[in-house]
Amino acid sequence: MSQDTHAEDKERIGVYVCHCGSNISATVDVEDVAVWSKDALGEDGVVVSRDYKFMCSSLGQELIERDIQEQGLTRVVVAACSPHLHEQTFRGACNRAGLNGYLCEMVSIREQVSWVHTDKVAATAKAKAMVAGGVERVIKNEPLEPLHVPIHEHTLVVGGGIAGIQAALEIADSGNKVYLVEREASIGGHMAQFDKTFPTLDCAACILTPKMVTAGNHPNIELLTWSEVERVDGYVGNFTVTIKQKPRYVDTDLCTGCGICWEKCPKKVVDEVFEAGLGYRTAVYTPFAQAVPKYPVIDPDTCTYFLRGKCRACEKLCPTDAIDFSQTVTYKTVTVGNIILATGFDTFDARRIPQYGYGRLANVFTSVEFERMCNAAGPTNGDIVMRDGVSKPESVAIVHCVGSRDRNYNNHCSVICCMSSLKFAHLVKERTGARVYNFYIDMRTAYKDYDEFYQRLLEEGNLFIRGRVAEITDAARLPGEEGKLIVQAEDTLVGKQRRVPVDMVVLAVGLEPRHDAAEVAHKFGISCSSNGWFIEKHPKLDPVATMTEGIYVAGAAQGPKDIPSSVAQGSAAAARVLSRINKGEIELEPVRATVDAQKCSGCRICNDLCPFGAIIFHEDLMVTEINHALCQGCGTCVAACPAGAISGSGFSNEQVMSQIEGLLAFSLPNNLIELVPA
Amino acid sequence: MSEKPKFAMYWAASCGGCEIAVLNIGEKILDVDANFDVAFWPVAMDAKYKDVEEMPDKSILLTLFNGGIRNEENAHMAKLLRQKSQILVSFGSCATEGCVPGLANLSSREEVFAAAYDSITSDTLGIRPQYSYEVPEGTLTLPIFNTIVRTLDQVVDVDYYMPGCPPESHQIGAVIDLVIQVLHGQAELPPKGSVIGAGGSTVCDECGRIRNVKKITKFRRLHEVAEIDPVLCLLEQGILCNGPATRDGCGALCPAVGAPCAGCYGPAQDVVDYGARLMTAVSSVIDSNDPKEIDRILDDIVDPAGTFYRFNLAHSLLHASKTAVS
Repeated sequence: MSQDTHAEDKERIGVYVCHCGSNISATVDVEDVAVWSKDALGEDGVVVSRDYKFMCSSLGQELIERDIQEQGLTRVVVAACSPHLHEQTFRGACNRAGLNGYLCEMVSIREQVSWVHTDKVAATAKAKAMVAGGVERVIKNEPLEPLHVPIHEHTLVVGGGIAGIQAALEIADSGNKVYLVEREASIGGHMAQFDKTFPTLDCAACILTPKMVTAGNHPNIELLTWSEVERVDGYVGNFTVTIKQKPRYVDTDLCTGCGICWEKCPKKVVDEVFEAGLGYRTAVYTPFAQAVPKYPVIDPDTCTYFLRGKCRACEKLCPTDAIDFSQTVTYKTVTVGNIILATGFDTFDARRIPQYGYGRLANVFTSVEFERMCNAAGPTNGDIVMRDGVSKPESVAIVHCVGSRDRNYNNHCSVICCMSSLKFAHLVKERTGARVYNFYIDMRTAYKDYDEFYQRLLEEGNLFIRGRVAEITDAARLPGEEGKLIVQAEDTLVGKQRRVPVDMVVLAVGLEPRHDAAEVAHKFGISCSSNGWFIEKHPKLDPVATMTEGIYVAGAAQGPKDIPSSVAQGSAAAARVLSRINKGEIELEPVRATVDAQKCSGCRICNDLCPFGAIIFHEDLMVTEINHALCQGCGTCVAACPAGAISGSGFSNEQVMSQIEGLLAFSLPNNLIELVPA
Repeated sequence: MSEKPKFAMYWAASCGGCEIAVLNIGEKILDVDANFDVAFWPVAMDAKYKDVEEMPDKSILLTLFNGGIRNEENAHMAKLLRQKSQILVSFGSCATEGCVPGLANLSSREEVFAAAYDSITSDTLGIRPQYSYEVPEGTLTLPIFNTIVRTLDQVVDVDYYMPGCPPESHQIGAVIDLVIQVLHGQAELPPKGSVIGAGGSTVCDECGRIRNVKKITKFRRLHEVAEIDPVLCLLEQGILCNGPATRDGCGALCPAVGAPCAGCYGPAQDVVDYGARLMTAVSSVIDSNDPKEIDRILDDIVDPAGTFYRFNLAHSLLHASKTAVS
C-alpha cells in the first residue's frame, strides 16, 4: 500500500468491497471495483480499498479495524449487502477501532446491483458509480451518538385473548407489573368460545381457563376488563396511556360473583358476541361461566331499568348491595415502558356472500355458531342440531375458504379454517353419525400433527370435494332435493358440476383484521398492511416488533394464526419486552429530524404528517418542533417541509446531494445529457 | 473625469421590469447618482458594447445583471461584464432562476420558434430567424439561440443574488444604501454568494393569514372560488399558494390581497429544488388515503410545471426537460 502524499485536511477513506460468497461476485467484478476505487477516487481521499470474500465475517471486520488503526482511516465505505442487514455490524467494527460508527457508510451492491442485474459489465460499472456516491456522501457524514432512553418497567398488554394472556403471564411471572386491558367483560378471547382444539381435540376451556384464572389472580397483573385504550402519549420506555373504563354498574369491591343477579334478571336478549347469536344472555351477565373476572356487567342498551326507568330487580336481590346504577365512565392513566398489542381478529361476515344464503337459509351456520353449538357449555349443550333446536342433521356440508382466498373479499388464506373444518367434520361424525362433505380449494395442513389429523379424517369416511362452492340454495330441481339445502360446486378433480343435497351447512368463515384495526394502529403509532393487519418490523427476523420502538404485536392482530402460533408470539413479545426491562435503558438510532426555528415560518404543512406524533406546534411562536424521543427518523416531515427548515441527521441535503453527484459523475455516459449550447 | 466608482446595469433575457423597479426607488436614485458614475446602463443612457469592451478589467465596481441567458449575445455580455466588474449581482428572478422565460426549457428550440413565429400571427410563411443574412451593405448576423435558458451563475461566477420578479423597490433601496455605506467604510459586504435584499425564512413568515393544520380535499383556481376567506391561509382554502417554499422579503403582498404567492422570490434558503419541494409539501396534505381519490384531487392542479416551477425551472436540479435538449 503506497503511503503517498495525502493532504492534511482531506478525509482518509477506506473502501471495502464484499464478494458475499458468489452473491455479488458472480455479477459484479469486485476486484475491479476495489482497484478502481483507489485509482479513481484517490483524489477524494480513498487511501485503502480492498475486496474480501465475506466482509461481515470476523476476519472481514478485523480487516477494517486494522486499517482504521494502522492507516488512520477517518471514513469507511462498505460495498456489500443492504444496510438493513449489516449496518450495525460495520458500525460496530468502526466503534471497536475507535472510529465513530456513523462515519461508516454502506453501499448496497447486492440488493441494488448483483441481484437485479445480469450484465456483468454494466453491473460492475453501476457498482463503481454507487461506491463513488457512497464515498462522496461519507465525506459529509458527521459523527453521531446514540440516544439513551430509560425503560419504565411496567408493561401494557392490549387484548385478553390467548396471545395477550400468554404475554402478560410471561412478564408478570418475571416479577414485572402488567396492565392487561380487555374490551369485553372477560378475558379469554375467541379461544373461550371453542369446544375442542385441533389437532389433539383437547378441550379448549380446560387448557385456557387455568391461564385465565392465573392471570386474574396474579399479583403482578392488573386486569382492566370492559376497558379500552383511549390515548397513548410518549415514547419507548415512557408511554403514558389513558384507559377508558366503561361503567360495569357493579361494584367489584362488593360483588362476590354469586350469580343471583343474572339468574333473576327478567330481561333476556340474544347474545351476539359470545354466543354468536345462537344463545341468550340476560341484561346483567358474565359472558360465560368461567369468566375472569367473575364480576358481571349490566348492558345499558338492553337493561329494562336503563330503557324504562324501572325494574332494578338485581339491585333488590343482590345480597352484597354490589349493584350501582350511578357508575359512570372513568379514566385511568398508567405509565408503561413497552406495549404489546394482541387485539386479535374479526371473523368474516358470511352475509357478504349472499349466494351462500347465511341469514336467509335457516340451516346455514357459520363456524363460530358451530363452535358454540359443539360446546358442552353452549346454547345446545353440545348437541349438533338444526336451527329448530331438536332435529339432528343426517348430512352436513362444510364449506372452506368463506371470505378467504377469494379476490372478491380477501386474498389471504385464513390459516386456521382447514384444520377447524376437519375438527368440525370429526365432531359431526362422532356426535351425529351424519354424512359429512368438505368443500375445499386446497387442504392446508402444515405444522406438527396436522396432516396426521387430516389422514385420520379421511379414514373416518368423511367426504372431500375439491371445488369452491358456487351456491347454496333451497330451490329443489332434482329428485331427493326437496326440503334440503343444495350445495352446488364444481368438483375440479372429476371435472363436473355437483349438486349435493344436505340438511345443514357450516361456513368456515375467514379471519379478518379487526374492524377498527387502522384506528388502533394510528393510536399506537404503528402501521397496517394494505389488507389491514398490523405490520411487523421484519416478516421473518423480527415478527413481533414493529417499526415503532416499544410497541410489539402478538397473535392474530398481525395476521391469521392458530393457537400455538399465537401463544408463541405472546411469549416472543414478552421476551422482547423483558430484555428491554432487564437492560434498563435503550439505545436509539440518532437519526432524527430537527426543525431550524429560524427557517420555520409555521406554515403547518408538516403538523399532521408524523406517524409517531412527534411534531409539536407552538402557536405562540408560530414554529414547529420535533420531539426527539418520539421521532423515529422516518423523514416524512423532512420531505414535506416546503421551506427546507427540517433536516434529518445523517440525511442532510449536503449528504444526499453529494451522493447523487458521486453517482452521476461515474454513471454511464449516455445517461447524461450535456447542456452546453449548440 | 470624476473619481466616483462606476455602476452598470444590464438586461439579458428579461422583460424590463427589473429596470423599472430600480427607477421606482424614487429619490434614492439621486444617491446612486451622487455616489456612482453610471458607466453602462442601456435603458438609461446610450452606450455601445465596444465601449464596455474598452474599459479596463474590474473597472466597474457594481453591476446589476438582470435577465437570463437565452442566446449567445446574453452569454457574451455576461462574460464581458463579469470581466469588467468587481461585484456582479444576479439581479431579479430571470438572472437568478430563469424565471418565466426559463419555462421554455420544457420545449425544444423548434417548438419555441413554432410558438413565436407560427402561432402568434396569422402569417403561415414558416419564417425562422436566420443567423446570417446577406444584404447589399454586407452580412447581417443574429446571435445563436441556445437550446435552453441558463441562469447567470450557470454561465459566469456571481457574487450576490437578489431575488424577485422584480425585486421590491424598498429592498433595492436598502441594498444601495448598504453598498454606499460600504463605500464610506461604514459597513462590510456580506459573504460572497449571499442572497441580498431578501429574508431568511419564507413568505408565510410575513403573511398575516391564519394558519391551521392543513387538510386539502380540493384544489381550486382563483376564478373557481366564490368567496375567498379574507383571513384564512389560502392553501387551506385549496388555492395553490407557493408561499411556504418561497423566500420572504416581498412583504407577502400577494396573499395580503387574496392572490396566492406565485413564488417570484425564489426558493427559501435551504430549498434545493423549489418545484420538487412544493410538490412533496402539497401532496403531503391531501386529505385522503384512497389512491383514486388522491389522483382525482391532484388532477385539479392545472399545469403543475408552470405552477410549481414558474420561476425556478432553469435553476432546478434538472434544468430542463429531455424534449428541450434532445
